[in-house]
Amino acid sequence: MASPQPLADRALDNLSYIRRTMERAGSFTAVPGWGQVGIGVTALGASALAARQTSVLNWLVTWLAEAIVALAIGGWTMVRKARAANDSLLSGPGRRFGLSFLPPLIVGGLLTVALYFGGDRRLIPAVWLLLYGTGVVAGGAFSVPVVPVMGLGFLLLGSAALFAPGAAEWLLAAGFGGLHIVFGLWIARRYGG
Amino acid sequence: MVARSSAARHQTPQGESAARGAARAAAELDRLIHERVRLGIVSALAGVDRLSFNELKSLLKVSDGNLSVHARKLEEADYISCAKSFDGRIPKTEYRLTAAGRRALERYLDHMEALIRATR
Repeated sequence: MASPQPLADRALDNLSYIRRTMERAGSFTAVPGWGQVGIGVTALGASALAARQTSVLNWLVTWLAEAIVALAIGGWTMVRKARAANDSLLSGPGRRFGLSFLPPLIVGGLLTVALYFGGDRRLIPAVWLLLYGTGVVAGGAFSVPVVPVMGLGFLLLGSAALFAPGAAEWLLAAGFGGLHIVFGLWIARRYGG
Repeated sequence: MVARSSAARHQTPQGESAARGAARAAAELDRLIHERVRLGIVSALAGVDRLSFNELKSLLKVSDGNLSVHARKLEEADYISCAKSFDGRIPKTEYRLTAAGRRALERYLDHMEALIRATR
């Protein structure tokens, strides 16, 4: 009769394989890590540029231009990542992420218009951070755990911006720049680019 | 092999009992999901709602043919279900773990734990 130890070793190996496979299956993310790093870098540049603007309109235009650049970077890298994984963005995790992520962004756009033309413009950074964070947390529910954690980071910074509008420039840079770079690097290294 | 037989001869009564327990647990294994690729398919599907053929293939790093063969065996045993659809013009196959498949995986996990316990 064979010694039971190799059987136990194989059992442990099988359990480990099951755990690893389950983790990997749940860890696919359509969120592109390197794309986020790129968005973070351009956001830091936009933040420095926006801080120099003397009018609210120019400040807003600077950040809107950054939003367009960020969307282009995010969209392009997301498509690339999905293709590399033989996955369709219009189905599976990518679709679920998009459907949860986009509504808060649209609401953020509407509120920006409303606040710019008739509200308290100092609230705009807080609205951006809070709604972007909401989108990331909601979309992140279908992704790897690190994504909603990043969303929570945006919510914290947005809350701070809500009550300390004077620090809004720094908070925007920390959120759209810092959080994207830090979490982007994490996702790129752990979750396939 | 000789060394292993010799070791078995020198086992204590507790050791023999452990060996018998381990052998019994091993004999009760569900051979259908004991195979690595099939175990991978069932494990992967246990952690998510559904996975496409391409996602499973990429996850388990197997060929199309290999995955098809093993997935079909699991389907025949009603451990997984398969839904075929079209994503635009591209055919898409998605797999889900059935209740029977989840129970089979749970039984398998129990057997693995029993094997480990039996040798302690």
